[in-house]
Amino acid sequence: MNLSLNRIKSQNQMTNIYIGSALLILSILDVFLNSFFRINISGSLPGNLSIFFPLILGFLGLSYLRTEYSGYKFLDTLNKNINTTNFNAFLTLFITFAILKAFPPALSWMVLDANISGDTKEACTGTGACWTYIKVWFKRFMYGMYPNELHWRINSAFLLVIGLGFVGYFFKENLKKYLALYYVVIYPIIAFLIIYYLISGGSFGLVWVETGAWGGLSLTFIVSFFCLIFCFPLGMILALGRRSNLPAVRYISVGYIEFWRGVPLITVLFMSSVMFPMFLPQDFFMDKLVRVIIAITLFEAAYCAEVIRGGLQALPRGQYDAAKSLGMGYWKMHIFVILPQALKLVIPGIANTFLALVKDTPLIFVVGLAEIAGMLALAKTNPKWLGFAMEGYIFAAIIFWIICYAMSKYSYNLEEKYKTER
Amino acid sequence: MNNKIKRILPQFLTILFVVLVFGFFTINAQVNMDNRGIDFGFGFLSQEASFDMQFTLLDYDGQDSYLWAYVVALLNTLLVSFLGIIFCTILGVIIGIARLSQNFLIKNSAAWYVEFFRNIPLLLQIFFWYYAALRALPLPENAEPWFGVTYMTIKGYYIPSMIWENLNVFMSCLIATIVAIIFIRIYAKKIQEKEGKQLPVLYISLALITILPLLSFLIGGVTLDFEIPALKQLAQTSFIFEGGIALPPELIALVLALSLYTSTFVAECVRAGIQGISKGQKEAAASVGLTPNQILKLVVMPQALRIIIPPTTNQYLNLTKNSSLAAAIAYPDLVLVFAGTALMQTGKAIEIVGITMLTYLSISLAIAALMNWYNKRIEIKEK
Repeated sequence: MNLSLNRIKSQNQMTNIYIGSALLILSILDVFLNSFFRINISGSLPGNLSIFFPLILGFLGLSYLRTEYSGYKFLDTLNKNINTTNFNAFLTLFITFAILKAFPPALSWMVLDANISGDTKEACTGTGACWTYIKVWFKRFMYGMYPNELHWRINSAFLLVIGLGFVGYFFKENLKKYLALYYVVIYPIIAFLIIYYLISGGSFGLVWVETGAWGGLSLTFIVSFFCLIFCFPLGMILALGRRSNLPAVRYISVGYIEFWRGVPLITVLFMSSVMFPMFLPQDFFMDKLVRVIIAITLFEAAYCAEVIRGGLQALPRGQYDAAKSLGMGYWKMHIFVILPQALKLVIPGIANTFLALVKDTPLIFVVGLAEIAGMLALAKTNPKWLGFAMEGYIFAAIIFWIICYAMSKYSYNLEEKYKTER
Repeated sequence: MNNKIKRILPQFLTILFVVLVFGFFTINAQVNMDNRGIDFGFGFLSQEASFDMQFTLLDYDGQDSYLWAYVVALLNTLLVSFLGIIFCTILGVIIGIARLSQNFLIKNSAAWYVEFFRNIPLLLQIFFWYYAALRALPLPENAEPWFGVTYMTIKGYYIPSMIWENLNVFMSCLIATIVAIIFIRIYAKKIQEKEGKQLPVLYISLALITILPLLSFLIGGVTLDFEIPALKQLAQTSFIFEGGIALPPELIALVLALSLYTSTFVAECVRAGIQGISKGQKEAAASVGLTPNQILKLVVMPQALRIIIPPTTNQYLNLTKNSSLAAAIAYPDLVLVFAGTALMQTGKAIEIVGITMLTYLSISLAIAALMNWYNKRIEIKEK
């Protein structure tokens, strides 16, 4: 890309700027009119030339504009950021035109030609998306086949669990030492009891709803919540085991971690659904959802263990030595000195593991639990609503994207926060 | 004495726990299998599979054994992983470099690409491509040719197939070329160490790799023909393409989703690797008098690769494991064929799930071992 376009430039800088901006504006205008109003001002040009016309014009315009210093602030920022070389100018134009070309069709499909009114498929008359479909199925996507009049139970259970999660913030100073105990032991038990009694029902006058009816996004939350709180302590034990100096403990931990990290989650889920029942006593029945949660927990614990091990390894040896010289035993040393520091280090890593966990939950669809991907598959094959796969998947993608993006930004913030402290 | 107990007791308890858990499971499995009249064993592998696969690389039909079905399905899994790894590497390297661009627009589009594809679950992406995007393609009779000879239709992507004559001659020529190039490289290195002379290895290799296979066409009697897919009418409204290779939409959707998703992670690895090289390295290289190309080739890339390759291999492993999601869109991979169909037919849950997991496990461990060996080789030898 070593074209020497300098030769065609005028000596006068102002002339160059005028010619350049005129060419650039013309080229952008051409693409703009073409994509928004379907007016092709370069249509009279022969064949393929009309497609490349704006690219060539814009390229010439940018090369006229390129100077070391012009005195105009806007032009100088432009030159510095998007117009440093010929290659850069070309890429800039390419991306700008691609966005300009893709925007109108996307906009008209998503908004302008889309329908949202009505309750049946017939309401969708436009050529765009049929958001009516999402509107009608919204409750199913959120709550699965859970009875409509009982949705308040799911909502209130979630609110309670989230509320209890924040209780730790309001602990008084003299209670602070029980914080870890609360989050690691008490909170999971209370959360389990809330979800069991409120969502499952069966006592206190609440109707029993079997787990087969659970589904949608709420199931995603339930599964990932339980897997997270259970896999964390297990991962901690495994990480300690992997760094233990007792060979039997170490090898068993290593074997466990490497085994689960080496197999895909889908085979683990298959195992939980077809193989696991064979390993249980004859009359012992375990719910499918419980089996799935156990399987994902065992799987994620291995990843969690590796993250925590990273934190343990990052601690300087002096910490261990200092704790030992104070006469602390293994457990005392780890609980009061090592783990608090190591866990603080691995918070971002744990957040990433949790993010991966949330992205993995749609997989429970393969063992027949209708989480949001499963509900989409169900809705897609409903004879009354055929042909709206696109809308469904875009809807689910947006929901997951918002959740995961927020989480990844949060974990990034945590990382920044703890980086400065050390 | 006290110390000894402290060491032995926890180990003993751990082993006891593991043995008890395994023993409990084994006894239960024994009882359950006795009750259902299932016996444990791998004899079923030689039985006739009697199911069909839609897409295979090797010849397979229902009369073949379960063992052969396993091999064919495993090859399908490896094919998806291989294609995915190639595409995700290409995309990932481009996006990773684009994220470091000076150009504001390029940098931000690359960043948004990464944020976009990374934060949507892979399964949803596969479903999107398979059920939504690829379903919008034209029927075979309406398909427009791409590049003149390939056809993208709702039933798959049709590309010309190659018909070779005397393929083995061509292959042996190719192998001979590769061996020769390796020897020339070793020789050139020796010369450079001894006499300080540099041989133009690249040009010699290029010449060899074009001339030798070309000779096999001219003298060895090798011929190459292309079979171009052609439209054929089956019934009034039913058309198919005949001839050439048909890539099923399942494969396309899988490879697309896997490579788009994994490329975001590869891009981050590449970015981290290049950013990890300190500016001083480049300045030092420039002050020794290396040209910009030499700096990139001899100073920056060798060091950046050392940072890039280990995490990238991890991503390749993830891609291979994620390719098992194929089962969700009925692409005949290991999980769908073996842990799905074969399990349903034989009912040998323990054996089949065990074999499937062991297969993935051995792929992972093999690649991990290879990586460790490579890491040892390239790590900085400090004196």
